[in-house]
Amino acid sequence: MELICILCPRGCRMQVEPGADGQWVVKGNGCSRGKDYALQEMTCPMRTLTTSVWVEGGTYKLVSAKTDRSIPRDKIMEALKQTKRLKVKAPVNIGDVLIENIAGTGANLVATRKVERV
Amino acid sequence: MKVDVVIIGGGPAGLAAALSCHKHGIRDIIILERDSHLGGILQQCIHNGFGLHWFGEELTGPEYAQRFIDQVEKAQIPYLLNTMVVDMDEDKTVYAINPKHGPIKIQAKTVILAMGCRERTRGALMIPGGRPAGVYTAGMAQRLINIEGYMPGREVVILGSGDIGLIMARRLTWEGANVKMVCEIMPYSTGLIRNIRQCLEDYGIPIRFKHTVIKIHGRERLEGVTVAQVDDARRPVPGTEEYVSCDTLLLSVGLIPENELSQKANLQLDPVTGGPVVDEYRQTSVPGVFACGNVLHVHDLVDYVSEEAEIAGYGVWRYLNGLASQLTRHVDMRAKIETGYGIRYVVPQRISGEEDIELFFRSDNIYDEGMVELTDGQKVLASKRFLRIVPGQMERFKIKKQVLSGIKPGGRLLIRWRSLA
Ligand SMILES: Cc1cc2nc3c(=O)[nH]c(=O)nc-3n(C[C@H](O)[C@H](O)[C@H](O)COP(=O)(O)OP(=O)(O)OC[C@H]3O[C@@H](n4cnc5c(N)ncnc54)[C@H](O)[C@@H]3O)c2cc1C
Ligand code: SF4
Repeated sequence: MELICILCPRGCRMQVEPGADGQWVVKGNGCSRGKDYALQEMTCPMRTLTTSVWVEGGTYKLVSAKTDRSIPRDKIMEALKQTKRLKVKAPVNIGDVLIENIAGTGANLVATRKVERV
Repeated sequence: MKVDVVIIGGGPAGLAAALSCHKHGIRDIIILERDSHLGGILQQCIHNGFGLHWFGEELTGPEYAQRFIDQVEKAQIPYLLNTMVVDMDEDKTVYAINPKHGPIKIQAKTVILAMGCRERTRGALMIPGGRPAGVYTAGMAQRLINIEGYMPGREVVILGSGDIGLIMARRLTWEGANVKMVCEIMPYSTGLIRNIRQCLEDYGIPIRFKHTVIKIHGRERLEGVTVAQVDDARRPVPGTEEYVSCDTLLLSVGLIPENELSQKANLQLDPVTGGPVVDEYRQTSVPGVFACGNVLHVHDLVDYVSEEAEIAGYGVWRYLNGLASQLTRHVDMRAKIETGYGIRYVVPQRISGEEDIELFFRSDNIYDEGMVELTDGQKVLASKRFLRIVPGQMERFKIKKQVLSGIKPGGRLLIRWRSLA
């Protein structure tokens, strides 16, 4: 089957086929990261979640945030439910942990923007 | 006020240009930004994928911007916020307004244009129908959701497959909206293929190529759109019309360089890029006026914007130190690069050939297996092999100055695609 690598803007088209020894054979990857991505994608696709959460008493109404590593794609909706209930207090700095172990994935939701107190 | 360098715009292009000037020892700089913060459009692009080339890691837009803002603060480069540049003369007088200082007039030795771009709106598309609420550009929706905290609607159709539209398809889905389809008038996407994969296919959102919106329905609020297939001349094919109910239509149909000031200063513009014509130092047709970032041509990656801004800063340094030769002082003396088969545009459009250079270009269609060649009309001066070039992805092509040594002032070169398949 054909897979498109999403790890970098080159977007390599890769062919993944079962090999003789039961391992997957990956072709068309522009670098070694592509192969790992393809193997991961065949078993459990992982994505980074980026969103905004409400902030109280800050110079902005929302602070942008991301998971500090990729999480299983099917956990994204559950993780988003957790972020919707959240309201953090200003000040917030880049890298501040807003939710620990989001949706039980082992990843933390961290702030990606600085919001100062008003 | 008199300064060496005025930088108009405090987005990634303006910040990187300022840092480049500073690195070259220039201290008399001022950045003018109309917004209340530095960072430009990146502050609303909260998704990740920035900085892979520049920082070797994957950052979100605000994080990428903050790294440059921190460096500008550290270098103590002066900037003025809430300052809108309203006019500029050919002699590099810049006029701005600021709520605290009122009107400001600055006489600059050099100017770097870094105003970014704006989105094409519905007016530019001329879709028939009323003027109901619910029609947004994708960037506007991005700002509402990510910065202001408003949800523009629940049932969404997206017109155009530009990256901002694709990213918003995923964002809206994550926020609970139903994104019904993306219509793209061309037979291919204008966005990055990774965004088709991770923003549409991940969520089962269909993309319809060679389709467009031909009618907008609703009086107060958008109620639906009629989509139709188009033929090769992009005319709707009768009998293919389909009504799709929706309360929101997002337009992601391209960006245009912000060139009002460029026009006021009488800069020569490139009709294809929509930005000024420049040489390899990013100098425009007015000596001492430089341009970089999306105001010059629309980039898909901010990393390339930062790189280009660095070149502009170097150009400013050359200019201020009298290193710019006669050749680079007058645009018509530099050799012109014309586009041939398969190439939609090239930047820079003029070269002096004094140093090694890199050309940035876009193709006009999808081509597999071939060479991009730079010729002087007779022989091929340089070439580079590509497996595939697509219009949605800007490509680069390095040229050694040795091969350019023969070009004459005012000469002509041609860049073209040659298929090997
Ligand atoms: C809505 C939108 C979303 C985008 N999303 C992405 C993305 O996800 N990934 C990506 O790589 N690229 C994205 N881009 C492309 C993006 O614009 C570039 O990557 C990068 O931000 C361009 O940098 P810039 O500095 O040229 O422009 P900008 O970031 O637009 O900065 C220009 C700055 O100039 C200021 N300005 C303009 N006119 C004046 C004036 N007259 N006086 C004073 N200041 C002025 C503006 O306020 C702004 O701060 C997006 C573009 C848009 C429009
Ligand atoms: S395989 Fe490597 S080069 Fe190709 S898209 Fe993936 S990360 Fe980029």
